[in-house]
Amino acid sequence: MPLTLPPMLAYALRRLVQAVPVIILIMIGTFLLVKLAPGDTVDALVGDMGGADANFIAQMRVEYGLDQPIWVQLWRYMAKLAQFDFGWSFVYEQPVSVVLMDRLGTTLLLMGASLSLAFSVGILLGAVAARRAYSVTDNLISTLGLVFYATPSFFLSLMMMLLFSVKLGWLPVGGIQTIAAFYTGWEHVWDVALHLIMPTAALSLIYLSFYLRLMRASVLEVVDLDYVRTARAKGAGETRMMVHHIIRNALLPVVTLLGLQFSTVLGGSVVVETIFTLPGLGQLAYQAVIQRDMNTLMGIIFLCSIIVVVVNFLTDLLYARLDSRIELS
Amino acid sequence: MTALDSELRPPEPSRLIAFWRRYRRNRAALLGLFLFALVLLMAATAGLIEPIDPLRRAGAPLTAPFIDWATPLGTDQLGRDILAGIFHGARISLLIGVAATLISIAIGVVIGAISGYFGGWVDDVLMRVTEAFQTIPNFVLLLTLVAILGSSIEYITLAIGVVSWTAPARMVRAEFMSLRGREFVEAARNLGVGDLSIIFREILPNALPPIIVYSSVIMALAILLESALAFLGLGDPNYASWGNMIGQGRAVLRTAWYCAAIPGIAIVLTVLSFSLLGEGLNDALNPRQKK
Repeated sequence: MPLTLPPMLAYALRRLVQAVPVIILIMIGTFLLVKLAPGDTVDALVGDMGGADANFIAQMRVEYGLDQPIWVQLWRYMAKLAQFDFGWSFVYEQPVSVVLMDRLGTTLLLMGASLSLAFSVGILLGAVAARRAYSVTDNLISTLGLVFYATPSFFLSLMMMLLFSVKLGWLPVGGIQTIAAFYTGWEHVWDVALHLIMPTAALSLIYLSFYLRLMRASVLEVVDLDYVRTARAKGAGETRMMVHHIIRNALLPVVTLLGLQFSTVLGGSVVVETIFTLPGLGQLAYQAVIQRDMNTLMGIIFLCSIIVVVVNFLTDLLYARLDSRIELS
Repeated sequence: MTALDSELRPPEPSRLIAFWRRYRRNRAALLGLFLFALVLLMAATAGLIEPIDPLRRAGAPLTAPFIDWATPLGTDQLGRDILAGIFHGARISLLIGVAATLISIAIGVVIGAISGYFGGWVDDVLMRVTEAFQTIPNFVLLLTLVAILGSSIEYITLAIGVVSWTAPARMVRAEFMSLRGREFVEAARNLGVGDLSIIFREILPNALPPIIVYSSVIMALAILLESALAFLGLGDPNYASWGNMIGQGRAVLRTAWYCAAIPGIAIVLTVLSFSLLGEGLNDALNPRQKK
């Protein structure tokens, strides 16, 4: 082979190539959804203008290629999507891609914060619960996990708002920053962080409970394996055994779940961003539904799918790094 | 042990009784069963609590709970009885939950069975479709479907089923892949049984138990999805729904927090009952599985 990639990268790249047909299917799916929705681009334009005569409408249909056979339309649509051209938003009077890029940062910030919190606290509590299996601590943690799992994020958000914003007045009730405060530097960072505390908590608790339960089960599974007994026989201390031998191996299924669930978390951001009026993709999706802005909605679906594919690529890399048993060649 | 015992063994308990004995060993599962029975009871007696319309005005607006016995859990800003809303909401939640779960399992079984049984390119194509559905954030897809189809209760149920079939499909596929090479399948094939019969008569009954257990998870998720939709004001406005009650309670959160808190607790307990029930069923059906 003339070009040799590190095996880990080659493995992850192969998985990435497998995502190409999935992306194409999603393109076809969004096209079908647009076709299913009542009205097309020209209807929206004409509605925007306040009406036009039939000749002009027919001429516009030709201009937008809507008179072409469906296959040609599909092909053009896919070619445009591939260049991240999602069309024009008649609500924002801007190209959809510009609107999306404006919102992307907030959502990524919220995702990053929520997943880090859910993952780190989840595996920590799960590992503690498993080490003290069937004790009071374990029962407490497991019960907490069940309650988190059953609490819808919007209900949790409202109750946190009631406690921390209305009653105690500690945290801001919504938005991403204090309007008209014009903070700069660290003050700005602190301001944004304060605004993100409640949304992050609301979004992460359900997933925290998933990671907790899986980690607990996973650690219990690993603890009985031969190499852990070997390590113990060789006199490894409790901490060293936990960190080097147990956690690293118990993490594998949890990392898989992290990748699998990312799209669900992204979906959950719709509710949380809407409640806390965070200007992100989720809130945009909700507004697009209310305002029937199909172009924006399809842009969000496509962009979110790309993000999910990228995140899955990253978790594959992480998985390959953690699990040295994977034959990468 | 006497000689009599060894000759006349006590009769084997029936499978149902044995199942119940295993189930009741798990105290959390019993709690789940109790909560589930409670929700069922609420759904069944909703007509007794409020026979006419749970969305009608029943008292002075924003009456706090435990003050007026005509409306024991208080009223919301439009004077609607919260207790009646909770009981009728149980009906809607269960109805949508069961129907959406059936739809999702039906799609999942068909796709998973075909994929796992035939393998090859059929499997490849169907798995790519499954991955596409998993890649699109399911709540965003749900919103889109509701935006296109409309917010009536039938379409909401259908849309929830359409966004939640991927996990059962993968489970059914895995079961079929491990079962399709077994002797009983080979035997059926040698007897000249058709593919369709093998899939639905021979393999499916053996693949079902884990799917039945998993359906409690889908049910819980379906109820959460419906309540989130209703919370955002995209539910069917003609029915009392817990999510909708919370959404409207949001407007009066500052002064009358119970309007949002009471239906919220109802959702938490219902979802909790399904997860406990599911865990109990799992333990009882797979007694040898390590806990």
